[in-house]
Amino acid sequence: MLISPAFLALNGGAMLVSLLMLMAAGQAVQVLRHWDIKSGSERQLALERRTYLIATLVTWSVAAELVALLLFLHTAESMSSQFVGAMCATGVLNAHALGWPVLGLKIAVFFAGAVWLLVNQLDNKSPVYPLVRLKYALLLALLPLVLVQALAQLGFFLGLNPDLITSCCGSLFTAEGEGVAAEVAGIDPMLSLALMYGSGVALLAAGMRYPWEGRCGIVYALAGMLAFALALVAIVSAVALYVYEHPHHHCPFCLLKAGRGFIGYWLYLSLFAGAALALGVGVISPLRRVASISAVADAQARRLTTVSLGLFALFYLIATFAVVGSNLTMEGVWW
Amino acid sequence: MTAFVRRQRYLLEYSLSAMARRPGKHLALLLVYTLIVFLLASVMLFTHSLQRETRLVLAGSPELIVQRLVAGRHELIPAGHLERIAGIRGVRAAKGRLWGYFYDPAVRANYTLLVPPDDAPAAGEIQIGAALARIRGLALGDYLSLRGASGEPFAWRVAGLIESDSELVSADLVLMGEADFRRFFAIAPGLYTDLVLSVRNPREVLTVAEKVSLALPDSRPILREEILRTYDAVFGWRQGVVFVLLVGAILAFAIFAWDRASGLSGEERREIGILKAIGWETADVLRMKLWEGAVLSLTAFLLGYLLAYLHVFYASAALFEPVLKGWAVLYPAFNPVPFVDGLQVATLFFFTVFPYTAATLVPIWSAAITDPDSVMR
Repeated sequence: MLISPAFLALNGGAMLVSLLMLMAAGQAVQVLRHWDIKSGSERQLALERRTYLIATLVTWSVAAELVALLLFLHTAESMSSQFVGAMCATGVLNAHALGWPVLGLKIAVFFAGAVWLLVNQLDNKSPVYPLVRLKYALLLALLPLVLVQALAQLGFFLGLNPDLITSCCGSLFTAEGEGVAAEVAGIDPMLSLALMYGSGVALLAAGMRYPWEGRCGIVYALAGMLAFALALVAIVSAVALYVYEHPHHHCPFCLLKAGRGFIGYWLYLSLFAGAALALGVGVISPLRRVASISAVADAQARRLTTVSLGLFALFYLIATFAVVGSNLTMEGVWW
Repeated sequence: MTAFVRRQRYLLEYSLSAMARRPGKHLALLLVYTLIVFLLASVMLFTHSLQRETRLVLAGSPELIVQRLVAGRHELIPAGHLERIAGIRGVRAAKGRLWGYFYDPAVRANYTLLVPPDDAPAAGEIQIGAALARIRGLALGDYLSLRGASGEPFAWRVAGLIESDSELVSADLVLMGEADFRRFFAIAPGLYTDLVLSVRNPREVLTVAEKVSLALPDSRPILREEILRTYDAVFGWRQGVVFVLLVGAILAFAIFAWDRASGLSGEERREIGILKAIGWETADVLRMKLWEGAVLSLTAFLLGYLLAYLHVFYASAALFEPVLKGWAVLYPAFNPVPFVDGLQVATLFFFTVFPYTAATLVPIWSAAITDPDSVMR
């Protein structure tokens, strides 16, 4: 176990977020059980006031989780000096079975939280709160995710043993290795880049239909998720190599280092935000069938689609810039 | 978008003017908040600069140190050992080192005596560290005399003062020639304190270490990476311990913040009541209060961090100095290099701003749902 300030901050923060979410969920159960918008009773009035508390608690929790995700990666990065064979965050995440699951859970919490906030924002635009039940059911689904993530993170940090020999990014993300990460790194760069741009075109096609024709909201969300996954694959198998200007360095975390001009932040922030908004479109566009917010939901979904498309476009631009602007030349090897 | 920004600007403006109307209430909180940030940031900046200093010092050290052990204790190592490991493939250079400690009763301090590998001082001459020169009042050309292992006195002329990037290592240092060193400590020729190996390829260090421990079963190889790793863990751990101790203070601060936020005066309640009566929504009041918290947090954070920065980098961490100075007579003048780390700031933010915000959310909400008629009646 390693007691360091970052360890305390991350786990203390996760516990605090869990506490806030538990409080919010407790209130949400009350709202779910007794909500009756037609009633003018004292209780209904109190419940309506509680919705403000719940929304504030969840907003802050999600914001904290976003900061915690970045802090987690940086902490893993900075701890790499304490593990034999670990050169960056990859090696530290490998040092314990829970490393990668924690990262996955944190990303899942970020996406789920972002969708919840979008639904909440939509609901607040109508005076009759038509989405209250959906919203709080979603919140109750988000709660276990947050709790499991907090526990897994604690288990990860408590289980870290600094003397363990771990494989660093050099051996994990090489084509000869085994496992999912190596599979991803071993994909033909040309294929992965083609898939990334192909999914981008599909996304554009789905995205264009929504703002103009008001169709394919869910298709857009699915295309967004696909584009997100393929973009991550392309980063590991091709884009990262161009950024490092090294034909065998696949690590997706070293991109976040200062030595790379912090290009990782630009790549990941635009990609994650774009994907989160695309997911939001998928959830919001079916809500057009709810009579009282039909028009608002439609307008909101169109706006989100446009912004999401813009963010994805930004991501593709940065990725293309990274490949084209690089000094690494793989002509004749890859293409 | 512009409407949103304008709305936030007006809310911020209102919060600021509301805070200015009751400066006393916020000043106490700001003071405690700043103090908490200052303490935590000081610890972080100070340990971090120590960590950097260590890395700086160790950067030039050899990749591998070989020490001989007899009955589990460090022993002098014969030169024969050197020949047995110098031929290991991958070893670029192997050297024997001569160094030791000497307790000087005159100033009640320990010196580190060392024979430098190259440019050793001539016989009868030494070079000394700055702190040593200060405490013994020595200048160039003066003589330093010490009692040797066999009881006879030795006198050396100070031929130079050591100038080093890091006074942490050179403060108590005495550099001398090999013959002088052997005579002073009565160490027979052919014996060294330990051996150092430099290995060109960092990937081969572990293999070389393995071969050394096979070739010399009575010795232990120490890797530079190992030392660095241990220092990293130790510094992180020390910081962690201090932070754990300060968790109590953070908790007390959070309770204080909760109390402040929930104990609204009658006047403040009336103010919120009037705001709602003239058309503010609950969400607006919430936002206004959150802005208030943000202004307070940001001010306290910046102020606390700035004070900690000045404390550590310009006042040599005066608050911690007595603790560190207590046991060392030859204390190095430690001037850490100013450095701000993003990870540090983020960690600190999580430690201070987040607990504060979490503690005030519920009180802020209960203030925001105040009914206008109940407070104005």
